[in-house]
Amino acid sequence: MISHFLKLEWKQYFRSANWQKSIFLNILLVLFALYFMLSFLAIGIGGFFILKEQFPDQDPLVLVNSFLLFAIVGDLIFRYIMQKLPVMNIKPLLTLNIPRNKIVHFILVKSSFSFFNIMSLFFYIPFSVVLMKEGYEITGVLGWLATMILLIQSANFLNFLINKNNIAFAGLITILLGGYLVQHFDLFNVAGLVGEGFDFIYQNPITAVAFLGLLIVLYFLNYKQLRNEVYLDALISEKTKEANASDLSFADKLGDLAPFIKNDLRLIWRNKRTKSSTWMILMGLGYGLFFYPQPIYKDMVFMYVLVGIFSTGTFLINFGQFIPAWDSGYYKMLMSQNFKYHRYLESKFTMMTISVVALFVLGIPYVYFGWKVLAVHFAAMIYNIGVNTHVILFGGTFNRKKINLDEKAAFNLQGTGAVQWLIGLPLMFLPMGIFALVDWLVSFEIAVLVLATLGFIGIAFHQKIMALITKKYITNKYVMIHAFNQEN
Amino acid sequence: MIVTKQLSKKYGKTEVLHIDSLEIPTGQSFGLVGNNGAGKTTYFNILLDLVRPTTGSIINHDIQVNLSEEWKTYTGSFIDESFLIGYLTPEEYFEFVGDLRGMNKADVAKYLQQFDEFFNGEITGKKKYLRDLSKGNQKKAGIVAAMMGNPKLVILDEPFANLDPTTQIRLKTIIKELAENKEVTVLISSHDLTHVTEVCERIVVLDKGNVVKDIQTSAETLKELESYFSV
Repeated sequence: MISHFLKLEWKQYFRSANWQKSIFLNILLVLFALYFMLSFLAIGIGGFFILKEQFPDQDPLVLVNSFLLFAIVGDLIFRYIMQKLPVMNIKPLLTLNIPRNKIVHFILVKSSFSFFNIMSLFFYIPFSVVLMKEGYEITGVLGWLATMILLIQSANFLNFLINKNNIAFAGLITILLGGYLVQHFDLFNVAGLVGEGFDFIYQNPITAVAFLGLLIVLYFLNYKQLRNEVYLDALISEKTKEANASDLSFADKLGDLAPFIKNDLRLIWRNKRTKSSTWMILMGLGYGLFFYPQPIYKDMVFMYVLVGIFSTGTFLINFGQFIPAWDSGYYKMLMSQNFKYHRYLESKFTMMTISVVALFVLGIPYVYFGWKVLAVHFAAMIYNIGVNTHVILFGGTFNRKKINLDEKAAFNLQGTGAVQWLIGLPLMFLPMGIFALVDWLVSFEIAVLVLATLGFIGIAFHQKIMALITKKYITNKYVMIHAFNQEN
Repeated sequence: MIVTKQLSKKYGKTEVLHIDSLEIPTGQSFGLVGNNGAGKTTYFNILLDLVRPTTGSIINHDIQVNLSEEWKTYTGSFIDESFLIGYLTPEEYFEFVGDLRGMNKADVAKYLQQFDEFFNGEITGKKKYLRDLSKGNQKKAGIVAAMMGNPKLVILDEPFANLDPTTQIRLKTIIKELAENKEVTVLISSHDLTHVTEVCERIVVLDKGNVVKDIQTSAETLKELESYFSV
């Protein structure tokens, strides 16, 4: 039976739509994973020495231990947001001649080997090896490492137990924040106390067995819960949400574009993928907060352009790069309806323009970091409207990847092809380059002016450019219909 | 023999299925008919222990389906395409299911031979994954897999939907042959009155979860059903 499951897993992995997508994307994903592994590995190996150098009078292991509480709670929060039990996969097995408890054990054991559990091992294992090399007691370190592994696994199973429970989530956040605050104000060192517990484990490695007990208990709680839920009307049901019909009549002011814009708003609100990418807008808006407070960037004014383009254009980029793939599921239907292509594209343009202006307005508080910032943001807004919207709409004609709206956005590269990566470059780096050049040759004011002028030129020729883009869409219509028909 | 007793299923306050008593003797070919939402699929789902009943139980050959899983060894079923393992090729799927039913590779190959005509060269030997087959072809694969390993009970939900006319006729022949074997009970649900009356000895009509008609098929059955449904 186990060999069956393993074979299925293997095939599922290598035959998944993801894997068979483009080689380019796969290489990128592998590089991404390698990057993470290497950085964890580097921290694992180097961490000991860095800590030793920074805090010469303290024991690195004790230091690490005193932060473990935060690492564990942070890990749980991360899992809570990202990790779900892949229960849908087992639906086909339910009607076959396989006992249910085996199916349940299978998904649970499988979850043990997930990315979330492997990743941190790249830190803990090399760190332990370094500890042993540096003369720490071998049994102690092994006990400590075993505890870490058992804790990671326990977190894995604890997460599935509390996953749907918002109270538990709030509890985790409170521990993290509260722990940080009491520590920050030197009231009481919770993390230190927990850290002492870990020190104790190092001194008495046999206590690691207690965590094995914890893991077993959590596993069986999971088993019991899941065993009761592998039914079509329980866990493996596709939740049908009540349709929420919000009043979108305000969009009617936009005349004949209104029906499209209303549909796009519904598309954004009612699908997982688009909904989670709206969170990206908040991140994009706050992007400047990473940059501006740091004095290094004070003199690198061209970096303002990057932030300006990005913070006013997050929606433009996130939404725009997948035009018209958002509509790929029913593209054929759209193409057989009675409307002018031009209107369809114009509606997308209007959406993006409105978002750019709105995000600029929301970003006005950046003036706190100086009027220069606001001036650049303003120019970036105009540039976004005049140039980037057109560029991204034009890029859309190269879109050949279907998008499944029901899947979530984080780490979802579905629908991403080389085009998306290539188009990102001119969107952000071209204006930055132009700005940097003019700023260097002439002056800051002129550079802002040049950027804005480019935008205004784009706006002035909007009709002409749209006509060209529309033409391009129409010539590519059949190729796109064909492409959107393919499951990836 | 499949015995249903005091069975009901409620979602919240709405009762979607309510069958006080229904007995399907071994060897019968049994048809379940009803409009959308009548409870056909729910009944099959409870019979396959995919959904738990609110009250009552179904006993499949002396085994109460929600208490023991022994019935899985002699029950073959196909509900819909979501029960196929999309990333397998049809051959691999048949091998997998066959293996679970105690068939080796040679058994599976021999079993599949008799369906060459039914498959019409579109299922096996195509180097395609199940998920990439058309709905109709997926259905063919699922139906054939459901009949593997000499099950005592075969359950097919809407087997005729999505199939081309030729395949529908071939499927009818296959089901009739299966039903001739008096050891095998066949349960079929369908919207197509002509097809069910042709292949089933007995037809039960469900409406809003209740049994409203229980007919031994005869020459007049089709007329009777048509007049019932033409409201």
